[in-house]
Amino acid sequence: MINKKFQINPFKLTITSLVMVFALWSGQSQALDTSDGEPAVPVEVNESEVTESGGNAELGEALFKANCAACHKLYKNAVGPALFQVSEKYSREWLYKWIKNSSALIASGDAQAVAIYNEYDQKNMNAFPQLSNEDIDNILAYTDTSKPVATEIVGPEVAPAVADNSMTNNIVLGALALVLVVLIVVLVAVNSTLKRFAAANGIQTEFEEEDQPARTPIWKAFVRNQFLVLTTAIFLLLVSAYFVYGGLMSVGIDQGYAPVQPIHYSHRIHAGVSKIECKYCHSSARESKHSGIPSLNVCMNCHKSIAEVAESTYNEGLEEYGIDYNKEIQKLYKATGWSEEEQAFTGEEEPVRWVRIHNLPDLAYFNHAQHVTAGNIECQTCHGPVEEMEIMYQYSPLTMGWCINCHRESNVDLKGNGYYEEIHKELSEKRGGRQLTVADLGGLECGKCHY
Amino acid sequence: MNKFFNTILLTVGACVLVSCGDNGTKDVSPKSDRSVQYFPNMYQSVGYETYQEGTVFENNMEAQKPVDGTVSRGWLPYDYEDDNDGYASAKANLENPVPLTEAHFENGKALYDIYCAICHGANGNGQGHLVKTEKILGVPSYDSREITAGSIYHVMYYGINYMGSYASQTSIEERWEITHYVEALRADLMGVPRKPLIDAQNVDTPVDDLVLGDDAPADAATAEPVENMENTNQDNGNSNNGQ
Repeated sequence: MINKKFQINPFKLTITSLVMVFALWSGQSQALDTSDGEPAVPVEVNESEVTESGGNAELGEALFKANCAACHKLYKNAVGPALFQVSEKYSREWLYKWIKNSSALIASGDAQAVAIYNEYDQKNMNAFPQLSNEDIDNILAYTDTSKPVATEIVGPEVAPAVADNSMTNNIVLGALALVLVVLIVVLVAVNSTLKRFAAANGIQTEFEEEDQPARTPIWKAFVRNQFLVLTTAIFLLLVSAYFVYGGLMSVGIDQGYAPVQPIHYSHRIHAGVSKIECKYCHSSARESKHSGIPSLNVCMNCHKSIAEVAESTYNEGLEEYGIDYNKEIQKLYKATGWSEEEQAFTGEEEPVRWVRIHNLPDLAYFNHAQHVTAGNIECQTCHGPVEEMEIMYQYSPLTMGWCINCHRESNVDLKGNGYYEEIHKELSEKRGGRQLTVADLGGLECGKCHY
Repeated sequence: MNKFFNTILLTVGACVLVSCGDNGTKDVSPKSDRSVQYFPNMYQSVGYETYQEGTVFENNMEAQKPVDGTVSRGWLPYDYEDDNDGYASAKANLENPVPLTEAHFENGKALYDIYCAICHGANGNGQGHLVKTEKILGVPSYDSREITAGSIYHVMYYGINYMGSYASQTSIEERWEITHYVEALRADLMGVPRKPLIDAQNVDTPVDDLVLGDDAPADAATAEPVENMENTNQDNGNSNNGQ
């Protein structure tokens, strides 16, 4: 069979390899197009210049992030209004008063203050008596820094880094393709020249097989050799048994199951990079049978303010996983009915149809609280390195043998269990004084999980 | 002659194979079908499973909130409204019904580390991991404002500004336990002594009665009962789904 494949004529070969090379090339350039997306977040400019009012924007930035950013953004309305160029809208003296104690200003009947209070749903702004006039000047200097124009700044800074990499790749690939083409052309030429020489000199290049009638066909020889038949039969039986056994053992086991979810949620970013506790979102794992898929209000705890991911994260998502994280956040906003412009829920909700990954058959009972709270087992023991999973998959086989094995091996922490102390001690002595495992406490009883 | 072509073919083949591998893309199992099930009727029950789609409900959602006007077990309506007056009233009147025993305090610490420390920092100075990495900004330190047990609870219940509500993730008792711990952190930050722990043996009323019973001090005279139950109903939505 291999021989057959190698006897493709040189012309066909040339064309196939050319097609392959160009297919490769175009694939590469496509990847370049997608990775060249617009930057998600404008790059911060280093601006330490002192503005006319005498404020220092750099100091102001730190103060802004510590005090104001809980409710305000520079260029977007948030809980409170966008603060870009706020110093031009109101007089400085008025701003001092407002920031230090806005509710007092409203109570004093200041028309401007009352108007703002009513415009933003009568939400009280916190008083900041600890900020001095100078601090406020610094903050105002920061809020006056104009938005860095993303395309202009990003152009020379980021684009080369991205383009550079793929450019060199492209050049290398192009050179490779060229070399290949030249090689093929040369070989074809050599081949045809040699053939012409051979023909001219009368040398036979294509040999016909000589007739050998005495030879028996190979299959007849095989059938006659009984030992060979026997060993082949045994070999085939073993191979098929191997595959049949493997196939049967995988029935009902979904290890590695990684369905595509309606919203691409990265456990790697949330649990890994951001170090958010598993139980922050899966809070019912502490106290109920199910670990619970978090309701979307839990997502919105953070994503009310995080509408876009950081630029580095955004690029990483595009380049490594082909995922536009910002679009995924927009999907969340659509499902919860969150309007970014109005910073409020519109009430137009739609359910997210998550695909369930871990599923035990109904004949088995499993309780998360029993394992997480009482047993004090790390989530990763069963669910694997979730903090590294970009796409969630089933790590463990979730078979009965797997459960039993863990119950046999896991020691139980019996400290501070005053009521049963005596019983546990007696049992431990019965078992030769070793520490008790789950199995010793009835963890292998059928009725524990099947009833 | 053929050998040359064999070599070329192999080289090209190898190049194609190598280039097909995505450059350094992290490997994720593409298995997106469940395996065959033996006796599938043992796997897929007739009754609705958690989070399953059910045809009789709006949007096919099987997970439902409690019916308006009903009260789930282990949960009581909260008497303060989500506005400035409600906040002020809770701050002045609401007191912690959970005794400050060591067990409650420890539980409060564990819960604080799960839900709060990620932004507010392990010691409450507003420098949690998400703040340090500039994902969430403007988290104040506990000692920078005047807060009371009532206002801490109120903010956990409804959320404030960019902070969301934690009512769906915690129970009434758990929020009060967290409140104890936050007050202790605040005392540490301000350099004043913490409140002393109470010996558990001196507490005779079970916590359930303290939190849910009629004697709970939540019936402050100024507070009005919440008329619209809708925004408080989210409380037990999560744990209900889990049953």
